[in-house]
Amino acid sequence: MATVSVTNISKTYPNGAQAVHPASFSIADGELIVLVGPSGCGKSTLLRMVAGLEDITEGELRIGDRVVNEVEPAERDIAMVFQNYALYPHMTVAKNMAYGLKNRGTSKGDIDAKVREAAEMLDLNAYLDRRPSQLSGGQRQRVAMGRAIVRDPALFLFDEPLSNLDAKLRNQMRIEIRALQRRLGTTAMYVTHDQVEAMTMADRIFVLNAGRIEQIGTPSEIYRKPASTFVASFMGAPPMNLLTATTDGSGNAQVGDLSIPVAAGSHAGAVHLGIRPEEVTVTAGGGVPFQLGLIEELGASRLLHGKIAGQDFTVNAPNDDAGLADTLSLDLPTSSLHLFDGATGQRL
Amino acid sequence: MADTQTKRAFKWEPVIDHGILILGALMMILPIVIALTTASQPDVQIIKEGLSFQIGDQLDDNISSALFTQGGFSGEITGMLMLQNSMILGIGFAVGKIIIGMMAAYAIVYFRLRFATFAFWIIFTTLLLPLEVRIMPSYEVVQGMGLTNTYTGLILPLIASATATFFFRQFFLSVPEELVEAARIDGAGPVKFFIDILVPLSRTMIAAMFIIMFVFGWNQYLWPTLITTEEHMYTLVRGIRQIIQDQDGATIPQFGRGIMLAMLAILPPVLIVVFFQSWFVKGLTESDK
Repeated sequence: MATVSVTNISKTYPNGAQAVHPASFSIADGELIVLVGPSGCGKSTLLRMVAGLEDITEGELRIGDRVVNEVEPAERDIAMVFQNYALYPHMTVAKNMAYGLKNRGTSKGDIDAKVREAAEMLDLNAYLDRRPSQLSGGQRQRVAMGRAIVRDPALFLFDEPLSNLDAKLRNQMRIEIRALQRRLGTTAMYVTHDQVEAMTMADRIFVLNAGRIEQIGTPSEIYRKPASTFVASFMGAPPMNLLTATTDGSGNAQVGDLSIPVAAGSHAGAVHLGIRPEEVTVTAGGGVPFQLGLIEELGASRLLHGKIAGQDFTVNAPNDDAGLADTLSLDLPTSSLHLFDGATGQRL
Repeated sequence: MADTQTKRAFKWEPVIDHGILILGALMMILPIVIALTTASQPDVQIIKEGLSFQIGDQLDDNISSALFTQGGFSGEITGMLMLQNSMILGIGFAVGKIIIGMMAAYAIVYFRLRFATFAFWIIFTTLLLPLEVRIMPSYEVVQGMGLTNTYTGLILPLIASATATFFFRQFFLSVPEELVEAARIDGAGPVKFFIDILVPLSRTMIAAMFIIMFVFGWNQYLWPTLITTEEHMYTLVRGIRQIIQDQDGATIPQFGRGIMLAMLAILPPVLIVVFFQSWFVKGLTESDK
């Protein structure tokens, strides 16, 4: 159990490419934080720097009260779960879990007890003598978890552990991992590109883009108050609608020919007007005109894709099986509107 | 129903296919059968009538004389001893090549050496320099070190292997990077990783290499001929000629014994290939990573 604190950590490759721009943050004891972002945003690199698999170019990394910049991965008191499980194919499940402990010189009795305990926790008792190749994807992932658990580390690191599983299993393992982490109370860093995983599992989410941390916040903060257009469009499915508009500073935003009331603010000029598809309602009339294009049925609700003043817009409307006209009238509640700077994309 | 069955057209293809296969098999097997039948004839018979297709009565005599009768000028060599020498050469050759090849490949693939690729290509180009090309300098060196007529002299100059290095390099490159990282986190250093993870993972590859290298080593002729002058160091492949040739003119050449010895020389490589063939195919074609 430990806190992690990171001060101005950055990574520059020898060819000059900067994979991670200087970042500082700290993780509380027992917290699960999720690093999320598109491919190539540096989230895995950041995790691997914490693991010790990548050198830290600059900055300071502390796990517990130790500076571990120069410490070997095995000595950092961490355990890592990899995307491809990275199980040793020639060893049985039990040996896979025991290998790290064996290298540390743990006594045989202790190893057996720990492996048994972990197998119990993960429902792997019946498989201890099998090889990884004889297990299903979900079971392999459990073994990888078991290998992490037996080490009783200060910090768990997960590198997209569920990407290789099918959708159903992924949902199930997501819950299992979360429950297990809570029960053990071990601090954890979890990398994923799946925003649903991020929202459902995290105590706090770190949204990364192009090597920078765009926003740190609880899932609801990230959802309710995205710090930039990038976060707004990355988190949430379907993503937030963003309309290019100009504000006059007195509570009006001009989108093409349309005028949409916004909260009165001092800002005047080019903005992005954001609103979540699920916060828009279809009204009988008198709202913002919306040209309906395509309807996606989701069962309980349906997604209406279309245009407002020539710009793409999506509405998540309850599914009442009623027919819809080509042009609808929408209510965009002022309280649900987000304003982002037109040039920088930062929240206003 | 019966009608349609009788009407079904007779297919020639399977017959032709099998005919070709059987012919091919006969081509391979017949010389061995003839050698075996000939080896069962008395030497006099062989000289008079040449190759024979009939089983004679000398089979067991020729086997025992091939294995146990002392031969050569000094009389200090028997078939058993030659078999043993060949075995030592074959196994030493194969094991040595595998160890050297694996270690070289390990260094090239897993350590960030400055000129790793260059080193690899240097090793690879030695494929263009087989023993026959460098035989004079090799002999000079071995002789200068006083290693003629020793197993070390027989094996050592031959075990540096570009082929094995190449195969192991390709295999190691296909081992997922994450496995290396998992091992690092599990506290396995370079030596531990090599022994605990890489060697067991490569076992099918090792088996395949062993077969190829053993047969190659077993069949060595030129180098043993050059480096062994004392008869007790003779390998089988080199010794057969000696048996047939010895006491030339004074007595009848021992053809039966010689042919029998040749048959025995075929046996170990055949057995190894038969026993390990499933490993062999596995090692060269698939991997259980």
